[in-house]
Amino acid sequence: MPHSRTRTRSFLRPVPIPESARSLLRPPFRNYQFDLAYDEMFEGPGLPRPHYQALFQTLLELPPEEMRKSQQAADLSFLHQGITFTVYGNDEGTERVFPNDLLPRIIPNQEWRKIESGLTQRIAALNLFLEDVYHRGRILADGIVPRELVYSCKHFRREMRNLTVPRGIYVSICGTDLVRLPDGSFAVLEDNLRVPSGVSYMLANRKVLKKVFPTLFRDYGVCPVDHYAQALLATLRALSPHSSSRHEPTVVLLTPGVFNSAYFEHTFLAQQMGIELVEGRDLLVHDNVVYMRTTAGLKRVDVIYRRVDDDFLDPLCFRRDSSLGVPGLFNAYRAGSVVLANAVGTGVADDKAVYAYVPAIIRYYLGEEPILPNVETYLLSDKSQRNYVLEHLSELVVKAVGESGGYGMLIGPHSTAEQREEFRLRILAEPRNYIAQPTLSLSRAPCFLEGEAQARHVDLRPYILYGENVTLVPGGLTRVALRRGSLVVNSSQGGGSKDTWVLRA
Amino acid sequence: MNNRRDTTMLSRVADSLYWMSRYLERAEHTARLIDVDLQLRLDQSPETGSGRWWRLLEALQAPHPEHGAIDSTTLTHILTLDKTNSSSIISCVAAARENLRQVREQCSTEMWEQLNRLYLQVNSTTSSEAWLLHSYVFFRAVREGAHLFQGVTDSTMSHGEGWQYIQLGRFVERTDAVARLIGAYFSRLPYSHDLPVESEEYLEWVGLLKSCAAFEAYCKKYTAELRPLRVAEFLLLNSEFPHSVRFSVDKVHAALQAIAELTERKAEQPVRLTGRLRATLSFSQIDEVMASGASAYVESVRQQCWQAHTAIHQIYFDYPVEAELAS
Repeated sequence: MPHSRTRTRSFLRPVPIPESARSLLRPPFRNYQFDLAYDEMFEGPGLPRPHYQALFQTLLELPPEEMRKSQQAADLSFLHQGITFTVYGNDEGTERVFPNDLLPRIIPNQEWRKIESGLTQRIAALNLFLEDVYHRGRILADGIVPRELVYSCKHFRREMRNLTVPRGIYVSICGTDLVRLPDGSFAVLEDNLRVPSGVSYMLANRKVLKKVFPTLFRDYGVCPVDHYAQALLATLRALSPHSSSRHEPTVVLLTPGVFNSAYFEHTFLAQQMGIELVEGRDLLVHDNVVYMRTTAGLKRVDVIYRRVDDDFLDPLCFRRDSSLGVPGLFNAYRAGSVVLANAVGTGVADDKAVYAYVPAIIRYYLGEEPILPNVETYLLSDKSQRNYVLEHLSELVVKAVGESGGYGMLIGPHSTAEQREEFRLRILAEPRNYIAQPTLSLSRAPCFLEGEAQARHVDLRPYILYGENVTLVPGGLTRVALRRGSLVVNSSQGGGSKDTWVLRA
Repeated sequence: MNNRRDTTMLSRVADSLYWMSRYLERAEHTARLIDVDLQLRLDQSPETGSGRWWRLLEALQAPHPEHGAIDSTTLTHILTLDKTNSSSIISCVAAARENLRQVREQCSTEMWEQLNRLYLQVNSTTSSEAWLLHSYVFFRAVREGAHLFQGVTDSTMSHGEGWQYIQLGRFVERTDAVARLIGAYFSRLPYSHDLPVESEEYLEWVGLLKSCAAFEAYCKKYTAELRPLRVAEFLLLNSEFPHSVRFSVDKVHAALQAIAELTERKAEQPVRLTGRLRATLSFSQIDEVMASGASAYVESVRQQCWQAHTAIHQIYFDYPVEAELAS
């Protein structure tokens, strides 16, 4: 893995603004800070990028009181709608409103087109990779991806060997995390190929923003996102094993239940698609056929959009103590009478160590250069890379390979000596279980906080659907690290989100 | 397998809608009972009103306080804001919301927002002296919140199968609650059938009517002269007043017939049970009812209501799978 050894921490420090530029900073931007990270809105102090000019002007003219009122109205509407998520390991008030910021993040159409083609390329390659590792394993035999890396992955499912999935699609719903580097280019930070969440916030944010900035929204010419649910339903239907033999496939959404952190999203998507939201206890398997228990008797199920992790799907096959799943479901799946989306075992391709090989995977299957680059990654199972990382823990970010949601992370520059020591021991005990990346200076965008515009780090999670063909709804979820100086955008770690406007032209 | 229907309803969803509706009705009923009681207490000496607490506890099937010590502050707290009491208003509203939260995608957004708002409002209330003094504001908010939810439900949700389960829950709960309330009054309060009640008892009978939101409707029909016999007739057998037992049973029966039709499922048992109960109520004469004892009569109504509830459960919510697969 090639990597450069010149890196800097200085981007975390604010850059002083020259006196001459001070006068350009008018409220609400008076205290807006710049550092070496790419700023989404400004080319320099008081100098907005062309596509942000109209928003900038609007904000200068808008009394802060107006913004504060809109923010309060938005917060209240989120609370009343119950757009909340659950924080684990927190006894009281487990439901929390997902903080939403009113200033949109704007992406010019040209930039979006590149993202779109990059992600389309990536999902195609990753699906070919999954098909390959669960069948012949050519890529392993050719030594492109180390065999032991795949087989030691905790999300690799032996049960999936030689099982053919409809259209050869393993990942039909994907949420990829992108970051913008200091030079303004986008890079992929993480692929979420198991049960990515957050799309409901994308839709809820849009609804709120259309109310707050109706004219601005119209004048900007923003690509719509409201058809996401429809596109998702079409994708799921395209996977049905019985689409021709019976009139219309029955699609359901399987949720772990009301205590899951993304329960709001499950209900929202089921409602928007007009399909049943089922729990494990609503389903049963008889003769390898899946039925749901309805008031009019049992009804056959064809496609399950499952928001339950592999481990909990079927107590007969995976975790025996799971009460969220359906006994016998995996056998019915193997028999081909029901389809699961995403397929079982996709986690092997979003393992953070396998991630490092995605550019090679793209070249191998598609014979193309990756359109969107990866972030440079150190594999800790490699001795020389490991030694380098252990010497530079205070500069790097260390992540557990199988975790998501910002859990199990060490952010070097923000860590204490004890935390670094703890991670050093953990890495030495299980090197395969960790990777390291440079501490990225995620780009920053203005957020409306404490009555003024303040710069915060953001990322971008577009949602990719793969059924009959690949569909991306323009935009995605822009996640914000709301704490000053923080680099972690996950909702479970104090992050929020804002609407993302992809421009039509 | 029946594929002719174009809509599907999960058994669990039907069960949740049914219970959501029952819990909300229960919260509203409890709020009205306590509010009426606290209002009446202002007109009475502390001794006169004490017997009513027992009737109230009986009517609400609430746990009796230890050592028989009763004061209105404690009791009001137990019945309204005590989260450890599963039949307190706060617990009922929370249970209603939790049930609806589990089937959110089945109800309209407006319904969810209304119930969620009511829950947030009730949940932010804390018990205190000052609160008790102005507790009528709280009770009114609960009643209005429940009414608003019903209105929103009727005007924003399709009147299909799901709506019928909500109707079913509301009126099964109401039948049971009103019957129990009548039973508590007629078994504990001395009365002579067909004479106007004396002044000190007058307030008690006003209390019963108001507890069913029936005082004004009663006066329209019989004037303000209160006779226990007429009160019983109005609350049990009136076909037009929405809180009477007969009206409620009519609604239960209608909802069951609609559901049986929509699901194309044989539901002879509950339809027969409620049909029979309906016939009994429409052909009963109040003199006969009182002659054999009002308490016994309402007890039998409650019994049949319970049987219907059990039958609904077995046919729609929790049927044996083996029989289904065999058919």
